[in-house]
Amino acid sequence: MKLIPCPVNGLRNATEFACLGEVRLAPGAAEDNAWAAYVWDRENSAGVVREWWCHLPSTTWFIAERDTVADKFLKTYLAVDLPEDMR
Amino acid sequence: MPFGLLRYALGSRYPAGPDLVWPAALGSTYDVVIIGGGGHGLATAYYLAKEWGIRRVCVLERGYIGGGNTGRNTAVIRSNYSTPAAIRFHKESVELYRRLPAELGFNLMYTRRGQLNLAHSEASLRSFRLRAESNKFYGVRSEMVDLKQIRSIAPALNVDRHRFPILGGLWHEDGGTGRHDAVAWGYARGAMRRGVEVHQRTAVTGIVIENDRAVGVETERGTVRAGHVVQAVAGRSSTVARWAGITLPIRSIPLQAMVTQPLKPFLDPMVSSADLHTYIQQTARGELVIGGNIDAYDLHTTRVTLDVKEEMAAHTLELFPFLANVRVMRQWAGIADVTPDASPILGESPVRNYWLDAGCGTWGFKATPATGKYLAQAIAIGKVPEILHAYRLDRFRTFDLVNEMGSSAIAH
Repeated sequence: MKLIPCPVNGLRNATEFACLGEVRLAPGAAEDNAWAAYVWDRENSAGVVREWWCHLPSTTWFIAERDTVADKFLKTYLAVDLPEDMR
Repeated sequence: MPFGLLRYALGSRYPAGPDLVWPAALGSTYDVVIIGGGGHGLATAYYLAKEWGIRRVCVLERGYIGGGNTGRNTAVIRSNYSTPAAIRFHKESVELYRRLPAELGFNLMYTRRGQLNLAHSEASLRSFRLRAESNKFYGVRSEMVDLKQIRSIAPALNVDRHRFPILGGLWHEDGGTGRHDAVAWGYARGAMRRGVEVHQRTAVTGIVIENDRAVGVETERGTVRAGHVVQAVAGRSSTVARWAGITLPIRSIPLQAMVTQPLKPFLDPMVSSADLHTYIQQTARGELVIGGNIDAYDLHTTRVTLDVKEEMAAHTLELFPFLANVRVMRQWAGIADVTPDASPILGESPVRNYWLDAGCGTWGFKATPATGKYLAQAIAIGKVPEILHAYRLDRFRTFDLVNEMGSSAIAH
């Protein structure tokens, strides 16, 4: 079983986690196309991505930076540690 | 066909040359360049040449033809979908598949065996009823079956002693299977005989765009100019579309499958369980092809995992307990490009003369002939045919989604 490092609970089985998608900023203005793109479109990058994850038993939401080609978790941290421009 | 076969067998002139003749040099200009030599790209090239007389077509494949998701699916051909758009589209695809071996003169090992879907919950039963009635309305043979009928359709199936009792089924007589590699080879040969060039081991590295119009592609072997560019690269749709400046509503998720050692024939129909997320069929040489659910998170790799295999094996044993000691021979994964509504994106893109064949997700194989045929028509006459309208990229701006999330044993 793959182990994922939760920033609060340490290494836990992958089945205890849910991936909640790319970290993105919502559009500032009420513009239809921008919001439709925000709702549906995804970068879906082959490489390093920054995503929201949740450790389900403890409901710990956190940020994971992982490599989608190598299937490796590079870094996990709580949302307070997100870079200023991504909050 | 039988007489043709007999004449062939009794004759003395067997084909001397190879089926596929590879061109040596990559040209500098084509009418249409297709990125991706899988079933979809080759089918599009075939129909462009055959039905529209567009023969200056070039298919560029990074690896070898049919080496991507065309060779990684579980080869299920069916049309028992939920929405009118998908039922009509896949009905056409199943019809094309049925006629394809004769049309291509190539053995696709196509057999119509029917597909039996099992419901272990009231929710699945409800969705089956909707699918059965919608299918019948559009002329696709699907019907609700009870336990007695299920026993007669698949006598080897464990119906009575179940941890998750079977409540009913959806029997789809039109369902079938075929050899997926042969679909790529057959279309490639048909296209090549009409003048289409297929270049293997030729990776595309970029799209050339001038004045918001696609005019060619960059490859490892130089720039190729084109009147139209088509992307048919399941598993890499987002990456390639980004070269053209397009962000797609797609996530790439691995889908795993496995094959057991060969057994004596015991299973004619393809069996699929909506609640166990498992589908099983026995191939012509006796192996069981077993498919499961998509992975839990996005990845751009075809790595495989033990936990998914354990889940598939456990669910298979619920359905066929006597398989407990059967060995797994091969296992693999493909990358499914999944859209938010589990329907494909086919047709125009925001870039002129750049055509999308993406987001077929977990059912690209069964859509191969219809996608190729209608995409070729769209490119040839410059107008997207009505049957593809529901699958336009623009539906994610106008919120006209085509929800097919419940039409397979895979949870979306």
